[in-house]
Amino acid sequence: MTSDKSKLGFILLLAPLLIWLITLIVLPHVGMFLVSLREKTGIREYETSFANYAVFFNEPLYWNTFARTAYMSIAATALTLLIGFPVAYYIAKLTRGRTKTTLFLMCLIPFWVSELVRTFGWMILLRETGVLSSFLQYLGVVSGPVEFLYNDAAIMTGLVYTSMLFMVVPLVTTLDSLDDSLIEAGYDLGGTNWSILREIIIPHAMPGIVSGCIVVFMLSLGNYLTPILLGGKDSLWFTGLIYNQFITRFNWELGSAFGFLLLGLSSLIVFLALKLSGQSLGKTMGR
Amino acid sequence: MKTTLMLSTAAAMMLSSVAVHADTLRLLTWGGYAPEEVIAKFEAETGHTVEVTKSNNEEMIAKLRATNGGGFDLAQPSQDRIAGAQAEFGIYKPIDMSKIDKNLFIPSMLEATKIYTTLEGDVYGVPHVWGTSGLVVNTAEAAGVQDYTDLCGADVAGKVSYRLKRPTLIGFAFSMGLDPFAAYADPDAYQEVLDQVEAKLIDCKANVKTYWDGGDEIKNLLRSGEVTASMAWDTGGWQLNDDNKDITFVAPKAGALGWIDTFAIPSRGRADEAAYAWINFVMRPDIAAMITNTAGNFTASQGGDAGVDAALKEKYQASFTPEALNNIKWYPAVPPGLEALEGATLDRINAAK
Repeated sequence: MTSDKSKLGFILLLAPLLIWLITLIVLPHVGMFLVSLREKTGIREYETSFANYAVFFNEPLYWNTFARTAYMSIAATALTLLIGFPVAYYIAKLTRGRTKTTLFLMCLIPFWVSELVRTFGWMILLRETGVLSSFLQYLGVVSGPVEFLYNDAAIMTGLVYTSMLFMVVPLVTTLDSLDDSLIEAGYDLGGTNWSILREIIIPHAMPGIVSGCIVVFMLSLGNYLTPILLGGKDSLWFTGLIYNQFITRFNWELGSAFGFLLLGLSSLIVFLALKLSGQSLGKTMGR
Repeated sequence: MKTTLMLSTAAAMMLSSVAVHADTLRLLTWGGYAPEEVIAKFEAETGHTVEVTKSNNEEMIAKLRATNGGGFDLAQPSQDRIAGAQAEFGIYKPIDMSKIDKNLFIPSMLEATKIYTTLEGDVYGVPHVWGTSGLVVNTAEAAGVQDYTDLCGADVAGKVSYRLKRPTLIGFAFSMGLDPFAAYADPDAYQEVLDQVEAKLIDCKANVKTYWDGGDEIKNLLRSGEVTASMAWDTGGWQLNDDNKDITFVAPKAGALGWIDTFAIPSRGRADEAAYAWINFVMRPDIAAMITNTAGNFTASQGGDAGVDAALKEKYQASFTPEALNNIKWYPAVPPGLEALEGATLDRINAAK
C-alpha cells in the first residue's frame, strides 16, 4: 500500500520532467532526424538517403565554417576562463558579506536585458561613428574615424561578454568551498604564489572550470545573434548557415542535417576535451 | 450623392456582417502595409478584427510551410515567389476571382499578376503594392555610382553595403550585361550566370562594409555616413531624403528591379470572407492612398495615386524618368529549385576572403 503510494508520488514528480523531455526535446529531434534523411529528387519527391550529410563532408565551405566556429568558440572559452578566474577568485576569497553580494550582483546585471540589447550596445560602442571611435578622435589618438565592428575581434569581445556569467558562477561556487586554511598551510610550508595556485587552487576548482568551460563553449558554438551582428560580412558562423538553409533557402533537409552534425561534432569536442584534461562528466557534475 | 453612397455601403456592410459573423483576420504582411488607421476603419466598417504579423518573403514561406499553410488567413508574398512555393509546398488556396472587385484594380497589373501566379489553371495571387529596388546613394559623396557594378569602384571602397540575397545576384547580372530572367528556365544556363556573378561579387567583397539584413540597419548606415552607396529599396531612399537631401534613390542604368507584393490566401486559412473583405477594402482608392503614404510605395489600386502626398510623388518622378520606368526589370515567377542554386552561390560569396 505504502509502496504503491510512493510509486505514484514518484511518477507524478517525474511526469513534468518526462513531458518536458519527450515533447520538447526528444520528439522534435526525432522529427528533425527524419527530415535530415530525406533527399530531394524533384518537386514534392523525396528519397531516404544520407545525401544531406554527404554534402557537409564534400563541400569544403561547410566543413571550414564548422572548423572556424569551433576554434573561435574554443578561443572564446579560453579567454573567458582567463578573465573570469581572477574575477571569481576575488569574489570568492578576497571579499566578505555585503561587498561579495554586490560584486556578484554586478556580474549579473548585464543579464537583466536580453542578448539582443546587449549586442546592440556593443554595436553602438564599436561602430565607426560610435562611442569608442569618437572618444579616440576627441583624445587626438587617431585622426579619422576607426571601424572596430565587423571583424573577428568584435565577435570575440561579444562572445566573451555574453558568456562571462556562466564561467564566473560555477567558479565562485567551487572556490567558495575551498578552505582558506589549506591556502595558509601552503604558504606555511614555503609555497610560492604560483605553486599554490597550481597545486591547491586549480585542482580544487577543476570541476568548476570544466563545467564552466563546457557551458561557455556550447553557448558560443550555438550563438547566433552575436557573430551575425558583430561579425558583419565575415561573420560566417555555423548557426548562421543553419538559419540560412531553413529560412532563406527553404532547404529544411540540409538544415536538419547541419543541426545534427552540430550536435554530434560539438559533443565530440567536449568528449575529447574531457579526455585530454583527465576529467569525467560524472566527476564534474557530481561535485 | 456621396452620403447616399456611404449610406448604401453602410447598409450593405451591415447586411453582410449580419449574414457572415465577424471573424479575426490573421494577416501576414510587410511593415507599413497595414497602418493602424486603416485597420481601425476596416474594423469599424466590417466588424472583423485584424491581427497583423510583419514579415518578409522568405519568412512568410517558411512560416506557412511549417504549418502546412495554417496560422494565417491572408499573406502578402511577392508575385514571383508564389508559383514556386505553391508547387513545392502547397501552402496557398486558389483565389475566387468572383469575390474580388476587379474594378478596383489597374487592369494591366491584375492581368500580369494573374499570369505569374497561375499554377495548373488556378490563380493564387492578386496585386497589392509594387515598388523597385535599385541604388540608394549619397549623391554628395558617391555621385559616380550609377549602376550596380559601380558599387565595386575604388572611389566608394569600404563605404558600400548590400544584401547577400537574390536581388543582389539579379541586379549584378543585369549590370554585367547578362539576362538572368531569360536563363530561369534552364538550370545550367542559370548556373553559368550565377558563376560569373559570384566571381564579380567575391572580387567586390573588399569594397563592402557589411551586408545588411533589415531596412532599419541600412537606413542607419546611410544616415550616419558610414555607408555612401548601397543597394536598397526605393522607399528607403525617399525616406532618407527627408532627413538628408543628398541621399536619394537612383534607378540603375541596367534597370531597377521591380516587384509586386500580392495577396495570397493560405491553404488552411479560416477566415476567407474577412480576407476578401480586406482585399476589397484596402484596394479602394482612398484607403490605397493612405497605405501609400505610410509604406511609401504605390499600389495597384485604380486611382489610388490621386490622394498621395505631393512630396512623395515628386521624389518618385525625380528618381524615375520615363525611360527608367520603362527599363524596370519585373521579376518573373521563380521556378522551383533555383533558390538552391542561388543559396550555394551566396554561401560561397559569404565564405570567400
